[in-house]
Amino acid sequence: MRLLLTGGRLLCPATGRDEAGDLLIDGGEIAAVGGRIEAGDAQAIDCAGRVVAPGLIDVHVHLREPGQEYKETIATGAAAAAAGGFTQVCCMPNTDPVNDTRAVTDLILDRASGAAARVRPVGAITRGLAGQELSEMGELAEAGCVAVSDDGRPVASSRMLRRAMEYAAGFGLPVICHSEDLALSAGGSMHEGPTATRLGLEGIPAQAEVCAVERDCQLALLTGARVHIAHVSCAGSVAAVARAKEAGARVTAETCPHYLALVDEDVGLYDTHKKMNPPLRSAADRQAVRQGLASGVIDALATDHAPHSVLEKLVEFDQAAFGVVGLETALGVGLWLVAEGALSLARLVEALTASPAACLGLPGGSLAPGGPADVAVIDPERQWRVEAAAFQSLGRNTAFEGWRLPGRAIMTICGGRITHRVKE
Amino acid sequence: MSWTRRNLLGLAGVSADEITMVLDTAQSMKEINRRPIKKVPTLRGKSVINFFYEPSTRTKTSFDVAAKRLSADTFSLSASTSSITKGETLIDTAMTLQAMSPDCLVIRHSSSGAPHLLAQHLDTCIINAGDGTHEHPTQALLDMFTIRERLGRLEGLTVSIIGDISHSRVARSNVIGLTAMGAKVRLFGPPTLLPPFVETLGAEAAGSMDQAVQDADVIMMLRVQRERLNDVLFPSLREYAQRFGLGPRHMAKAKPGAIVMHPGPVNRGVEMSPAVVDGPWSVILDQVANGVAVRMALLYLLIGTEAGQDASDGKEARS
Repeated sequence: MRLLLTGGRLLCPATGRDEAGDLLIDGGEIAAVGGRIEAGDAQAIDCAGRVVAPGLIDVHVHLREPGQEYKETIATGAAAAAAGGFTQVCCMPNTDPVNDTRAVTDLILDRASGAAARVRPVGAITRGLAGQELSEMGELAEAGCVAVSDDGRPVASSRMLRRAMEYAAGFGLPVICHSEDLALSAGGSMHEGPTATRLGLEGIPAQAEVCAVERDCQLALLTGARVHIAHVSCAGSVAAVARAKEAGARVTAETCPHYLALVDEDVGLYDTHKKMNPPLRSAADRQAVRQGLASGVIDALATDHAPHSVLEKLVEFDQAAFGVVGLETALGVGLWLVAEGALSLARLVEALTASPAACLGLPGGSLAPGGPADVAVIDPERQWRVEAAAFQSLGRNTAFEGWRLPGRAIMTICGGRITHRVKE
Repeated sequence: MSWTRRNLLGLAGVSADEITMVLDTAQSMKEINRRPIKKVPTLRGKSVINFFYEPSTRTKTSFDVAAKRLSADTFSLSASTSSITKGETLIDTAMTLQAMSPDCLVIRHSSSGAPHLLAQHLDTCIINAGDGTHEHPTQALLDMFTIRERLGRLEGLTVSIIGDISHSRVARSNVIGLTAMGAKVRLFGPPTLLPPFVETLGAEAAGSMDQAVQDADVIMMLRVQRERLNDVLFPSLREYAQRFGLGPRHMAKAKPGAIVMHPGPVNRGVEMSPAVVDGPWSVILDQVANGVAVRMALLYLLIGTEAGQDASDGKEARS
């Protein structure tokens, strides 16, 4: 099956390409890129006025399967990914059971076959995420895990995390760090700031993240391991990552659309759809995170897609679960940021393709001939209104309900198969 | 001016005119509480459900007495004896109660924002009787009533609130209400018990106990919650009493005629010496008496008047 995408703006930061041209897909591969391509037998897709980018990659999602299928399944999560222009997602191990053995990794990969996006499992750093014993990373790597993380929780013991970094490095596994000092964040449900004081909510100070990011970066320096700092939310963390990179640590970092778009005040009157960990921070933090992403100190944009049901969200604020979904709005919010002048389109696409691929050493993220036919066709002027009720995800807990976003992926192609298409 | 609010979730956003209306109405209600027959038929046939997740002596009894004095029927529900123990959610509990057609739901809850969550899902009139560390609007209203009664006004007074400000919904509501009425509020307490960004509340932070009480018209002391002892917030009750407790020597620095208040219950010998609790400056028991009058006024305004009725029918719903 051949697909010919004609007349689009081919935007591939990985190969430095940004020009008008055609793209030919043959089977599951990109057969040719650039210029005018003749392929009479191919199904022609007119991409005039559209951006043709590599399929987007999200290195931080929670797919909830096995164990919490009422919140999301691998199938629905992958469908949500495709709807958002993603062709590859890395799913975190805080499932039930935890992905700390090959049995669970195998189950995830099995459920993922035939799904609308490629699913790359991230294995646990410690057994059961308990922070006490290393998981069998060799086996996890062999089973197909692309990284290890205890995400949802930090690895509290520095000694433990040091050994985990050394051990993971031996199998070529990057360590994704959820950096949080639990003693400082304990009891908090939103950013420690004027809004928390007014609302009478216990706060999570920025330092709960910054202290931990500093520690995790120092351990990266000590061990030489590849460390990826998850969900950077504040200025102090951006500065810490910058210093670590300068010092030669093999540190990369990600942030999420909500830290680029929202602040702590947006919690409003106890809106649990603005509750996540780390929390929405101050305006100064948002500005620093935007600058960090634009400059590349923060490498990648990830969503930390965390579906929850009404059971977890339609409750008292301090009782509500942390987390918001993000796969179906990430690109749209990114385009909104471009329209706001916070980011260039090229940098946005890079942060969603080449950079995440580089952070974890993943295939894809580019439009190179011979590579997998993972493509996102983006209409940067297709305005739409976010309505959770219309989501592919089972999770309706979005922080962007009602937002008018300036653009979206109107077609997603994964391995040469059209996995998402918006009707004209 | 007529009352248009459907709920009272807090004093945030409540105008000085609205506060004055409550205080003036409470004035006439107070007279009822002195009659031999302490009952008027104003709210006859109305039902008020008291839904208290947290223990309470004053507030709960006060609301109960207030409703009954106005001839309303009252029903009480506490978390420990309800199906909340079976895992029923807050919203389900509230919807269940709403299905029994109460005119008003008075709720006290340990989570800040619980009344706001209910207000989004229920049509019934909701009164916040204290939510977490957020607001306790009826306490602040009765405090303001007491101050106005004793000192003749609120505008231009200096009110010092001293104690565990960070965990105090009484402090927050009072700062909002007193500031709206033109009073100046000072806050003081151990540094670990002052909330971060305390200025955002709209009051000034005093630098010492002496500064806090100097020339104050009103000194409002807050209860030290013994539970906080376990939380590394201050070393001992002894030191608390020595450094942050109110004694007669402090009253010498306050304005002549200054009054001392406390929302209760008082830890005698901790936040206040017995000499102050029982002394001439104390209006603590007046606060309790006024609490009934203020709550009668609120119930009347919210569910007793035509305007209150229209508001709960959704005709002019606000807040």
